[in-house]
Amino acid sequence: MTAKMAAPMNNVDEIRDRVILGEFGIKNVHTTDYPGNYPGYDDTWDFEKFKKTFRIDIVNSDENTLEFDMIGIDAAIANAFRRILLAEVPTMAIEKAFIYNNTSIIQDEILSHRLGLVPIKADPRLFEYRNSEDQEGTEIDTIQLQLKVKCTRNPRAPKDSSDHKELYLNHMVYSGDIKWLPVGNQADVFADAKIGPVHGDILLAQLRPGQELDIVMHCVKGIGKDHAKFSPVATASYRLLPEITLLQTIEGEQAERLKRCFSPGVIELENVNGRKVAKVVNSRLDTCSREVLRHDDLKNLVKLGRVRDHFIFSVESTGILPPDVLVTEAINVLISKCQKFLTELDTTEMD
Amino acid sequence: MAEHGQKHALEMVRTDGADEGCVTFVLHEEDHTLGNSLRYMIMKSQDVEFCGYSITHPSESKINFRIQTREGTAASEPLRNGLNNLTEVCKHVLQTFEARMKAFKDKEESMA
Repeated sequence: MTAKMAAPMNNVDEIRDRVILGEFGIKNVHTTDYPGNYPGYDDTWDFEKFKKTFRIDIVNSDENTLEFDMIGIDAAIANAFRRILLAEVPTMAIEKAFIYNNTSIIQDEILSHRLGLVPIKADPRLFEYRNSEDQEGTEIDTIQLQLKVKCTRNPRAPKDSSDHKELYLNHMVYSGDIKWLPVGNQADVFADAKIGPVHGDILLAQLRPGQELDIVMHCVKGIGKDHAKFSPVATASYRLLPEITLLQTIEGEQAERLKRCFSPGVIELENVNGRKVAKVVNSRLDTCSREVLRHDDLKNLVKLGRVRDHFIFSVESTGILPPDVLVTEAINVLISKCQKFLTELDTTEMD
Repeated sequence: MAEHGQKHALEMVRTDGADEGCVTFVLHEEDHTLGNSLRYMIMKSQDVEFCGYSITHPSESKINFRIQTREGTAASEPLRNGLNNLTEVCKHVLQTFEARMKAFKDKEESMA
C-alpha cells in the first residue's frame, strides 16, 4: 500500500456520501442524511453549512451546449432543475397552422405536426401566454409565420436530365422557407431579433410541379409539460461523478487488464522500480460499465462508487436560448413555484 | 393549464379528530419537481415526524403532500419553512451559477 492510495472512508460516511456499484446491484441509493437517522451527526437544515460546501464549476460552454458540475446539493433539488429544464421552461412554438392550400402528398395533419416541432428563434421572455379561447392572438402573445411555396418545372433544365434538382424548382420545402409576418408593433420591437426558424435546413415536405403549400402559422408561448415541441432543450441530464478506489497495489498483467476494464484515460500504468503499477488518473471519464467485476481476481481489489452530491450536468439547447440562460430560467421557475405556494399558504390560513 | 384557477392551487385536508400537526396538503398542478425537492427540505427539519407525497393518478395533475409534526407544531409551519428554505437555496444556486458563468466567459474572452 502506498500513501497515495485514498484512505478508505468510514462506514457511515460511505453510506451517507457514496452510491456503491456492486457486482449484483447498487447499494446506498437513497438520501439518508435526515435528522435522527445517524447518531452523532447533525443533519438539520443549515443554510450556512450549505453555502460553505456548495460549488458550481463550469466545465465546457459553447453556443448550444453547457457542461457544469454542481457539487454539494441533494438529488431532489438537482433533479428538480433537470425536470424544469425539460418540461417547464417556456419557449415559442407553432401551435396553429391555417392551411389555405396543400396539394402536396403529405397530409395536412402530418405537415402541421412537423411544423410544430420546428424550433422557432424568439425570446419567450418577451411574450405572454395566450388565452386558449383566443383565436386571433395579439402582438404580445403571438408570432405569425407564413409558408408559401409552389413547385414548378425548371425551364432551363438540360433536356436529357433526370436529376430532380435540375428538373424542378422549389421541390424541396425547408424550414428556411418559413417567413415571419410581424403583427402590430412587432416589426419595430423585434427589428434586430430575426424571428424565424432556428435552423433553415429542416426538410418539411417534397413537392412536384404544380403542387403548392400556402400556410399561415401562429406561434404561442408554452411549456414542455403541455407538448414536447415547447421543450427548450434537446436534452438536459446529469450523472454522478464516478469514484474508483484501488484497495491494493495492482501491478503487472493484472494492472494491464484493470486498465482495459475502464474507459480510456481512467486508469494509467506507472513505472515503479521497473514494475507497472495501476493508478486511477481520471475517474470522471468512466462510464461505470462495471466490467472489472467480471474478473474474479480483480473484483475484490477495487471499489466502484459514485459521489452522491456531485452532479455533472449536461444541457443541450435547441438553439432558441443559450444553455446558460436556460439554467437560470429553470432556477427562477422553481423559485416562483415556491413563492406561489407561500402566498397561497398565507391566503388559506386567513380563511 | 389553469383549469383550477389561481385561487385554489393549495388545499388543506385534515381528517376528523386529527390535530393541526397532521395535515395533507393538496398541491394542484405540481408533480415530483416540487414534491420531491420540497419533501427533502421539510424532512431536514427536526420538528417533522413524517413527510411524504403521492401523485394521486397519472391523469390528475396534483399531489397529496402529507406532513406530520412532532408535538405542538402546526403542519403549515414546516411547509412554510420548507418553501422559504428552498427559495433561499435556489437563490444561492442562481447567484453562484451566474457568478461562475461570468467568470468562465471572461476567462474565455481573455484567452481568445
